[in-house]
Amino acid sequence: MSLKTAPPKIIDPKLLYTGGDWNFETINKVYAAIEEIGRGELNLDIYRNQIEVITAEQMLDAYSSGGMPLFYKHWSFGKHFARDEAMYRKGYTGLAYEIVINSDPCVVYIMEENTITMQTLVIAHAGFGHNHFFKNNYCFKQWTDASGILDYLDFAKAYIAQCEDRYGQTAVERVIDSAHALQSHGVHRFPRKRMPDLRSEQKRAEERRAHGERIFNDLWRTVPTKKARTRDKAEEERRRALLGLPEENILYFLEKTAPRLQGWQREILRIVRNVAQYFYPQRMTKMMNEGCATFVHHRIMTRLHEQGKIDDGAFLEFLHSHTGVVFQPTFDDRRYSGINPYALGFAMMQDIERIVLSPTDEDREWMPDIAGAGDPYNVLKDCWANYRDESFVSQYLSPRLIRSLGLFNLRDDEEEAELNVTHIHNERGYREVRRALSRHYDVARRDPDIQIVDVDLTGDRRLILHHRVLDGVLLEEADTDHVLQHLADLWGYDVLLLEMDEAEDVVMNEHTAKPRATFG
Amino acid sequence: MQVIDRRLNPGGKSLANRQRFIRRARAQVKRAVREATSGRSIKDIDKGGEVTIPSDGVREPTLRRSSEGGTRDYVLPGNKEYIEGDSIQRPPRGGGAGNEGAEDGGGEDEFRFALSDEEFLDLFLEDLELPDLAKRQLKGEGIPQWRRAGYSTSGSPSNMSLSRTMRNSLSRRIALKRPKVGEIAALLEEIAALEESGADPERLAAAREELARQQKRTKLIPFIDPLDVRYRRLESTPKPVAQAVMFCLMDVSGSMSEHMKDLAKRFYALLYLFLKRRYKHVEVVFIRHTHEAEEVDEQTFFYSRETGGTVVSTALEEMARILEARFKPADWNIYAAQASDGDNAPSDNAKTAALLTSAILPLCQYYAYLEVGADDDGPASERPTTLWRTYAIVNGPESPIAMRKVRHRRDIFPVFRELFQKKDQMAEA
Repeated sequence: MSLKTAPPKIIDPKLLYTGGDWNFETINKVYAAIEEIGRGELNLDIYRNQIEVITAEQMLDAYSSGGMPLFYKHWSFGKHFARDEAMYRKGYTGLAYEIVINSDPCVVYIMEENTITMQTLVIAHAGFGHNHFFKNNYCFKQWTDASGILDYLDFAKAYIAQCEDRYGQTAVERVIDSAHALQSHGVHRFPRKRMPDLRSEQKRAEERRAHGERIFNDLWRTVPTKKARTRDKAEEERRRALLGLPEENILYFLEKTAPRLQGWQREILRIVRNVAQYFYPQRMTKMMNEGCATFVHHRIMTRLHEQGKIDDGAFLEFLHSHTGVVFQPTFDDRRYSGINPYALGFAMMQDIERIVLSPTDEDREWMPDIAGAGDPYNVLKDCWANYRDESFVSQYLSPRLIRSLGLFNLRDDEEEAELNVTHIHNERGYREVRRALSRHYDVARRDPDIQIVDVDLTGDRRLILHHRVLDGVLLEEADTDHVLQHLADLWGYDVLLLEMDEAEDVVMNEHTAKPRATFG
Repeated sequence: MQVIDRRLNPGGKSLANRQRFIRRARAQVKRAVREATSGRSIKDIDKGGEVTIPSDGVREPTLRRSSEGGTRDYVLPGNKEYIEGDSIQRPPRGGGAGNEGAEDGGGEDEFRFALSDEEFLDLFLEDLELPDLAKRQLKGEGIPQWRRAGYSTSGSPSNMSLSRTMRNSLSRRIALKRPKVGEIAALLEEIAALEESGADPERLAAAREELARQQKRTKLIPFIDPLDVRYRRLESTPKPVAQAVMFCLMDVSGSMSEHMKDLAKRFYALLYLFLKRRYKHVEVVFIRHTHEAEEVDEQTFFYSRETGGTVVSTALEEMARILEARFKPADWNIYAAQASDGDNAPSDNAKTAALLTSAILPLCQYYAYLEVGADDDGPASERPTTLWRTYAIVNGPESPIAMRKVRHRRDIFPVFRELFQKKDQMAEA
């Protein structure tokens, strides 16, 4: 067909944009349209968005420091950067379309080379989906301070740079190395007990004395006791109580108690620990967070298309990348590398919507609370606010979804010669499959349960830790020895780690470390 | 909502981290870099590229559960045929179903990444130097260097020294008794009080007079006078530059096999690279010889082919001639590196030795002799060659000759390092 006969192109005035190019004006228009749907129809509650346009180079930079716009300097980030860069240059991996930061205002990075459709998708996904999740989910509310994080990182970066100037790069690097090794055990998993104030302390002391007077009986004095042992026991108890043992936050314990550290070294431990704590909720809610964002962008893009604000070409481009994101290869596929959090999250959100709107009898039986409740967005918002991956799966993974994903549970027992299929997607298996999957998302089960149980500060000061062995899985031998070495260096005295089978109270393995060169 | 364009922000945010990483892995990266070069062609010997290092020194250990042992449950998607109670063969290690143990690069043994040309060369040529670069010649056009040289009363505003200026101003104000702000304020207050009460008209008049005098003085004696202003003075001093010349003498006669020529060229390529990169004021003279010698340019030296008999003294004569014509020994540090297979016309040995001892060695700071041998030489080759014996005689304790043999590509770099290693004070003493 010659150009002359081509019909003149009529651009629908409702369209936000045509073609692939974007500029700041279209971004603003698109944002306004998304906001109308996001706030108006989905009732999302978000932090103010701050959208930052960056280049691929800058995206790589951001990758290496956990996506944060500023971070302290350490060689390990350089290592990650070198690896990401090599992978990217060779074309093994593409770059993420966006990075979003849990801060107030919520910082969303978008890359310059994306098309306008992709930018729309990214703004809906990150600027509304993730943003809503960050602001409302209880894990983030409890553990992170969105308005303070950037200032804190700014402080951390300056503080560590200052330490490097004063004490030398190598000295600071050693502390950070050791702290990073223990980072996974530098988070509080439970809100800590508030320190009682003096008045209530006094009141408690009085109550205790009154209780003592009430039950006083002089006869007890005459009862023979095994004196020595009980004293020892009491002494040990007291000692542990003073140090707040047992303690699972190893970095916290070191920061407060390690005898040989200097002030700046404690502050560095604190910085590393605070950063770990900030990222902790993201690990607990990875699947839900992505599911929420994917559901939101899917809904928003679909609505934009329905309203005629984006054309068919743009919508197909969106669908293409959306299906790529939520693709779940089956277990025997070469591309399989675990369950795709985007896929499962999105499928569960959609499933909930279906159950709320048009439940089957099975749904009514399994989820009577929400089946046919009629308002899917409210139900979903309640989920997004009050669950994490583990509890969300154990509450809302429906039999129907288990069937459609063909989930089954495979048991790998060291003692047996073969792997065993224990449960499949049938009547007998739903509950078990759901429980197993929920456990898989349980951060507390994925990280080894290690606690500091005892140390005698007036004696040899040896630090004793226990690993509560679960399902007979011990710690990774080589890595553990390295980490323990770091721990011994920080602590300044010997360290002993016992791997215990709690049920039978047997020691299964033992690691020790002596400090090489102490800090301070 | 707010859109911010960050594209123009300075890049290279990770540079500091990258430098720390390379410093951390320095030893391993250095080894990897050196290994990488032995396999390259002469042309890209100075290019950056990918290196692989063992992940030992840059390991980031964490406390994690082992990927084997115990009882594990895996929930997998895509069941097609299994029913409860089915058994499946254990997949071979490191692949197949249900192996999601290692998450973040767990168990990696090697770490690959790319180095830039700069980083590559820096590591490659670390701690090498020309020995005894002693004669310093103040060259007329030597790079001027700016140095602080006290203060001056004139200069550009950007060089104004605020602290010095304010100090001058303060001392002048004290010396000339400029009234302080506080004194005037106190007077004003007193006058106001007296006016209010009207008690002591005499004192009031006196105070007013005093105030007028003080105010006049304040106007006459400025807070900052042009006299006070001082500028930081910078002076340019020429920086002494050591200049040096390196003579590269290569035997290209018929007795040199392809392998030997390759070795010799590799050696010179390294040498050339090292000199160009490390020293700004080094001249390189290329001389190649058969039974006659000629000075050639870099391109010809490395890439053209020629062949003929072997008369080593011709090269030395050529070198002496060039020295005479262009490089005064008083002004120049003179170095020479010779590569040969050790063959020489028997009649020429005496002349070579004489030339060396009388004309060349007294002028040279350092004379490196590299003998290249065939790769698969039998025990017969252990016998010293003609040239080797000649040089060995010349080589006394005071003489600047260093002699090395190379048979294989992999030896080139170690030998090169040996010849040009930085010698610390202990070794020299």
